Amino acid sequence: MSTPSHVERAGGATATYVDKRMGSNKFLARNLGKVFPDHWSFMLGEIALYSFIVVLLTGVFLTLWFKPSMVEVVYDGSYVPLKGIKMSEAYASAMNISFDIRGGMLLRQMHHWAALIFVAAMAVHMFRVFFTGAFRKPREFNWLIGVALTGLALLAGFSGYSLPDDLLSGTGLQIARGIMQAAPIIGTWMAFLLFGGEFPGTDFISRLYSVHILLIPGLILALVTAHLMLVWTQKHTQFPGPGRTNDNVVGYPLMPIYMAKAGGFFFIVFGVIGLVGGLVTINPIWLFGPFTPDQVSAGSQPDWYIGFLDGALRVMPNWESSFWGITISWNIMIPAMILPGIIFTVLALYPFIESWVTGDTREHNLLDRPRNAPVRTGIGMMAITFYCLLWIGGANDIIAQAFDLSINAITWFLRVALFVFPPIVFIVTKRICLGLQRKDRDKLLHGYESGRVLRLPHGEFIEVHEPLPVKDLAVITSKTDHVPLPEPQATDADGVRNPKFRSQSWRHKLSTFFYADNVTMPSAEEIEAGQHHAAHDAALEAPLHEYEDADELRRLHGGVLHHPGMAETNAEQLAENREH
Amino acid sequence: MTEISSPDHDQQVALGHSPVADVPHKLRATDTDPKMAKRAERQVASMFLLSVLFVVLFVAAYVAIDPSLTIYIPVIGETSAINIALGITFGASVFLIGAGAIQWAKKLMPDVEVVQYRHDQVSPADDTAEAEANYERGKEESGFARFKMIRRTMIAAMVLFPIPLIVLLKDLWVPTPAEEGKSPAEILSTTLWTKGSRIVSDGTYKPIKPEDLPVGGLINAVPADLPEVQEAQGNLNARGKAAIILVRMQPDEIRAQQGDGWDYQGILAYSKICTHVGCPISLYEQRTHHLLCPCHQSTFDLADAGNVVFGPAARRMPQLPIGVDAEGYLVATSDFAEPVGPSFWERG
Amino acid sequence: MKFLAARRRNPIVATLLLIGALTVVGGGYAAIASIQPANAAITVGSETQVEAGKKLYLEGCSSCHGLAAQGTETGPSLIGVGAAGVAFQVSTGRMPLAAPGAQAPARDRALYTDEETSQMAAYIASLAPGPAIPTAEQYDPTNADAALGGELFRINCSQCHQAAGQGGALTQGKYAPNLMQSRPKTIYMAMLTGPQNMPVFGDATLNSEDKQHIIKYITTLQTLPNPGGLSLGRIGPVTEGVFLVTAVFAVLLAAAVWIGIKSR
Repeated sequence: MSTPSHVERAGGATATYVDKRMGSNKFLARNLGKVFPDHWSFMLGEIALYSFIVVLLTGVFLTLWFKPSMVEVVYDGSYVPLKGIKMSEAYASAMNISFDIRGGMLLRQMHHWAALIFVAAMAVHMFRVFFTGAFRKPREFNWLIGVALTGLALLAGFSGYSLPDDLLSGTGLQIARGIMQAAPIIGTWMAFLLFGGEFPGTDFISRLYSVHILLIPGLILALVTAHLMLVWTQKHTQFPGPGRTNDNVVGYPLMPIYMAKAGGFFFIVFGVIGLVGGLVTINPIWLFGPFTPDQVSAGSQPDWYIGFLDGALRVMPNWESSFWGITISWNIMIPAMILPGIIFTVLALYPFIESWVTGDTREHNLLDRPRNAPVRTGIGMMAITFYCLLWIGGANDIIAQAFDLSINAITWFLRVALFVFPPIVFIVTKRICLGLQRKDRDKLLHGYESGRVLRLPHGEFIEVHEPLPVKDLAVITSKTDHVPLPEPQATDADGVRNPKFRSQSWRHKLSTFFYADNVTMPSAEEIEAGQHHAAHDAALEAPLHEYEDADELRRLHGGVLHHPGMAETNAEQLAENREH
Repeated sequence: MTEISSPDHDQQVALGHSPVADVPHKLRATDTDPKMAKRAERQVASMFLLSVLFVVLFVAAYVAIDPSLTIYIPVIGETSAINIALGITFGASVFLIGAGAIQWAKKLMPDVEVVQYRHDQVSPADDTAEAEANYERGKEESGFARFKMIRRTMIAAMVLFPIPLIVLLKDLWVPTPAEEGKSPAEILSTTLWTKGSRIVSDGTYKPIKPEDLPVGGLINAVPADLPEVQEAQGNLNARGKAAIILVRMQPDEIRAQQGDGWDYQGILAYSKICTHVGCPISLYEQRTHHLLCPCHQSTFDLADAGNVVFGPAARRMPQLPIGVDAEGYLVATSDFAEPVGPSFWERG
Repeated sequence: MKFLAARRRNPIVATLLLIGALTVVGGGYAAIASIQPANAAITVGSETQVEAGKKLYLEGCSSCHGLAAQGTETGPSLIGVGAAGVAFQVSTGRMPLAAPGAQAPARDRALYTDEETSQMAAYIASLAPGPAIPTAEQYDPTNADAALGGELFRINCSQCHQAAGQGGALTQGKYAPNLMQSRPKTIYMAMLTGPQNMPVFGDATLNSEDKQHIIKYITTLQTLPNPGGLSLGRIGPVTEGVFLVTAVFAVLLAAAVWIGIKSR
């Protein structure tokens, strides 16, 4: 053991100093060696976290130059095509950052790209958690926190890109105001209160500013902290594999490996954001011009993560009811209020719905392979299909222009596809999952196909199966055969009516649907036999000296090769061949 | 069908919980070959060194490159030199730190898997018992259950104290003197247009004579007093409601209007604000007479009283009745007969 | 010869031969295709512009637009479109229309020479008064103000042609074209004549100066650098979103996989 360096001695002294005041060594003792499982799909949440940190950092820099004011000024910066034009101070300051502050364009673009990456990473992370069943007990709270974070991120993004008060984002605010106004009873009041009167007023950008830089980031930071603390104390889930059980974590220790990998990934994400901020334009506000409520650009879309709402607004038929002096705008309420309400509610409640349906109350720390939960995977794919169709709807005019189509045709196509495609996707996905399960079962019983083709003495070709490696065996056998909830009795033995009969019937039906088609796992003995068989097969190298025993040949290959008069051994067969 | 067991009993095919050691650990090239290890060390160090170099280049670029300078880059085209320089140098310097750390972890730090054990999240029984006991003691000592009056009044106070916070929000909107006493719905239902408002071209603010507008023509227009109203009010609110478009078609092409004689010799004036969620329109197809909103593709037929022919808008585009004044310029003959812009609850 | 023959089985040979063959065929095609299409021989010397134009019109246009330019089911009347109307449609290659569709697309090059175009324009202008072909004085944007042009562009043009002139979709498969290749004279004539579904912006509402400002803005956009980097089409969030989920995420996921996989 070498003598500690200056840095190490200083570090040690600091640790002792802090420990005497906070008892921190206890924490370090338990956690410096904390084990984290290693899989690339566990890094998706990290992408979200790191891009959020970059958003915060670049955001702080931007606040040093941005002026959230709607006061009218005349532009006098370096961008010539807007010189002398009247615009709000917010827009002028955003233009100033882009053209007259060195590195300002980079900061703005990094901030905006990081925001896009943040939301996309959350989505992909959510998919991973969903498809592997990581939301099951004990992680339901974390799932709820995640859903809340997603909603907050959408609000943060929307409020953020509306701050520069350019024509494109201002149109988005105009739409938001129109949606607000359509809310029953309180709509007009809500719109007037938020905007300080009519649209656009002079208050909204500064109000949006405080929401964007203070309220929402504060909430996100608090929720992210809770999210990470839960992951820390509950320990991360892991994929099934050799040595991995529901009661352990197999991976690498926090210090040094996880620190290096996670810390390194932070810098990689940061670096990618920096590169993309310098190389690829995002939100070219100088092309859109300053906002005024009577101008608009063709091809107006919100940022990608709001696109699904825009698409819903576009494909919605124009239903509105007017009676008794009031108007109910179904054409706005359904796509812009009811639909996102349903989406977020179902998302939030899903873990509880699934555990009610399956009756599964065990703690799950081993992840499901998506193929082993075909209904869940099917539901997820269905939801993604629905979302993507709405997302495409939001860009229908760009698509029409790019591919020489009619926007009317695209709109009609989507109206139908929204209801036709998801069920088809569900069925196809479920079938694919079941097919993969069958393949797994085959592998257990017969080993995996090695790709080596062997010709047996009597001319039959077989593909040699090899026994599964330990890793694959562990992964495939992690599947548990779930049992659906039992069918309830309407009355018990004494004829007393069962008060919960209705709900129990539904639970039985749903859990049967959830589990019924799953391919059952073979028993342990069958698997042993299958792997042994495959091992035997795999040992077939040179057929000529393997089948000494005709009985063995017959038994292993079902007697297919054997018929009266046939050579019983290789030696006999060779002799026959030579005769002919 | 197998016997249905309770859902807590999952059949698990156990091949034995083989410890991790069952899978033989594969050594990496850097574990066995010291030359490869040295090479990896040099790789990591050079990544960190390169990062430092890029930091220096960043500072140099910041200082030396004039912000107005452009540079031609293949694929990208002509772009800002300072932005691309700062982006590449900063991005690369940070990226290389990450790449170095990862390479270090992958190649040089041990990659032997270790095992840690979990425990169920539920607390041990005696902790739960102690918590329950303490809670019972506390509840008894507080008397919360016994003092009904205290309990009820306390709940009342706690529930109601946030009310001032909500009440304070009322003055998010302070009505201007003109708006005083009117509800939002009433304010939304009127615009700057009134009988005799002269129509002027947006941008140039020139008044318009009928002969200025050819058949198939389109003019984006506003009331003549808009610039001074805007100046006086200090906002764009009036513009947001009063913006209109003037189109001209052959008089016999007008199949329907929202009022008799609201056109002038084939010139029609319609509001520009979409009745769906409020985007300004003015995308006018002169042959089909369709007005197409770029936001959600609501389409209105201006030859047919502005009725909706496609898309999510439920109501027709409001028409402004027009005529000419004594000097032959186009004027409005009254305000709109219905509220412009998106629907709202009280619209009726 | 021996040198080449000795290396005839080198793997690179196939690639080089392929590149060579493609160059020959492609280059030959490009050379042939760049030859101007031969038009029917017209003797002009002894005829006036109008008569020559009438001849061209009857040959190439009357089947859809009628023998007296009065219009038929397949083509609108040309009475009153003026010389500018003809000049715009023909010089941008939109007319003659190859096949009926939602809209007449522009071609890379006109099918008639400038001389022929002027003749046809003169003929149509002779039938009824209409917008005249603008003079250089009218459409030259050199002294115009791009900032003012930008204002006018955003009021009058961006709702169809998009804020950066990238074009936009209209109903039923029609579109407002991208303006990044348009020339000042053509832009002026488009505004003046209101081709197809584009509205007419007559000189009384937008006079020559206003039109020059707009043209100046459009030409400024055409040569404007992309200070933020790769422009992604200058249309904003849609292409930015596509770039995000393809290129950016490809890089980030590749990095995640690199971190996760075991080193050899």
